[in-house]
Amino acid sequence: MSGEISRDEVAHVASLARLRLTDDELTTFTDQLCVVLETAAQLNALDLDDVEPMAQPYPLSNVLRPDVVVESLDRDEVLSQAPAAEDGRFRVPPALGEAP
Amino acid sequence: MTGLRSAASLAASIQSGDTSAADALAASQAAIAARDDEVRAFLHLTDERAAEQAAAVDAAVTAGETVGPLAGVPIALKDNMCTRGAPTTCSSKILEGWHPPYDATVVERLEAAGAVVVGKTNLDEFAMGSSTENSAYGATRNPLDTTRVPGGSSGGSAAAVAAEYVPLSLGSDTGGSIRQPASLCGVVGVKPTYGAVSRYGLIAFASSLDQIGPFAHTVGDAAICFDVISGHDPLDATSIPEALTPTVPTLDDGVEGLRIGIVSELMGEGIDADVLRRTEEAAEALAAAGATVDTVSVPATIYGLAAYYLIAPAEASSNLARYDGVRYGQRVDGANVATMNTNTRSAGFGDEVKRRIMLGTYALSSGYYDAYYGKAQRVRTLISDEFAAAYENFDLLLSPTSPSTAFELGAKSDPMALYMCDVCTIPSNLAGHPSISVPFGTGDDGLPVGVQVLAPMLQEPLMFRAAQALETAAGGLA
Repeated sequence: MSGEISRDEVAHVASLARLRLTDDELTTFTDQLCVVLETAAQLNALDLDDVEPMAQPYPLSNVLRPDVVVESLDRDEVLSQAPAAEDGRFRVPPALGEAP
Repeated sequence: MTGLRSAASLAASIQSGDTSAADALAASQAAIAARDDEVRAFLHLTDERAAEQAAAVDAAVTAGETVGPLAGVPIALKDNMCTRGAPTTCSSKILEGWHPPYDATVVERLEAAGAVVVGKTNLDEFAMGSSTENSAYGATRNPLDTTRVPGGSSGGSAAAVAAEYVPLSLGSDTGGSIRQPASLCGVVGVKPTYGAVSRYGLIAFASSLDQIGPFAHTVGDAAICFDVISGHDPLDATSIPEALTPTVPTLDDGVEGLRIGIVSELMGEGIDADVLRRTEEAAEALAAAGATVDTVSVPATIYGLAAYYLIAPAEASSNLARYDGVRYGQRVDGANVATMNTNTRSAGFGDEVKRRIMLGTYALSSGYYDAYYGKAQRVRTLISDEFAAAYENFDLLLSPTSPSTAFELGAKSDPMALYMCDVCTIPSNLAGHPSISVPFGTGDDGLPVGVQVLAPMLQEPLMFRAAQALETAAGGLA
């Protein structure tokens, strides 16, 4: 890892994350992300080949609940908080093509 | 009536009928009305819910029932904890207007113990920050000096206790977001063991690091609150299933015979001289109280910051993908779903949140995963192993909480300068261990200094004992 990220890479990452940046923002964010990644490059000094990765501090596996029906969130209350809803569902613009 | 500094004595006087929950609530609301235009700790007040809860507590007392340990105690919640029917914004424009359809488990447990939720406090947007300046609804100020920051990200909750609006509040701590503002505001702040307190209803930032904990004026009040909110919750898959040992019964057992190690890597470069001096005095005070104190090296802690700023953004980039304008909060329309998603996220998130989402997306992306996220996860193991080795010879560890006292608003505009605030607090989050910040005198500027006690997994009872001893010693400081 070089500790650097290019302007093009920042633009690509922004599009993956569904963020639109202005040219000025792209310049500022690229500079700032370079500084953070340079700090991250400190980790290159460590020999970590024999160290296992740790995903979380208190590993629990197969945390399941009994398969019984319990009360869930109220559908109307949940939908009342959505930007748009119709017929008991969330309403969104077309996924393919464009709205007329 | 009893003042708003002590939860324990307020609850006792409400239980005994000397004062009422309604009066305590009114006093809290009056204190907020008198000063919060200046401090800006609160984003929303929950007057209706508070009045109902206070009335229920008073009715129970009148009926001769034993109410909970927090009976009638006004409490504030960081605005990243869900409260059914009341706004929960995470200080972000993207969640403006959203009223959660459920309560966080901590809210249910607090109310079951008799606490009265008075409102929701300001934070750095999505808990990303160390000054509470980075909120879409404006900065919170430090009640001890309103030209200074309260710390962050739980700055509103720290300020609400420091300003004596409420004796107790809850924050969340991902890299220091409870302990650092506690230190800067001169109050006690606790980051419990990962999994000790349910995260159900806490809006996720970095799920392997986030933990909810209390702020209070005293170690004793923080212990009471921790005992109320901790314990297994089937609604949080990372909640520890084993029963936890209560902390209140052993609070006054002292530190006689305990072995306490000062972490040498957290006592050097980057930490202000007055903060170091207070930490050394705290070590001397523990020794005077009967503990054995020595220095201990935990070398990998110096890599904690670098590892954290890969792990936390990586997890955040995944957690914050849900803000897509479909299910909750704001939407900025577009001709198709993808454009609507982009319009919504670009308008709804602030700069720091965008920065971390992009950093995390990059650290997780194909070709970089092993170099960044994978490497940071290995450093996490290293830190955890070194802590385990240190705890073979020591019961508890000691360090400063924050490298400095409260700084001026606007003083740290460069992101990296702000990230450095968390250098002493991050290692506990990476290892999942509990730690607590206890006020211990003041710095050269007369502002509070906090000292951090670190403990092994689930050793909160020991941690609170040492914190209690520090609080007693701090009472006699020059």
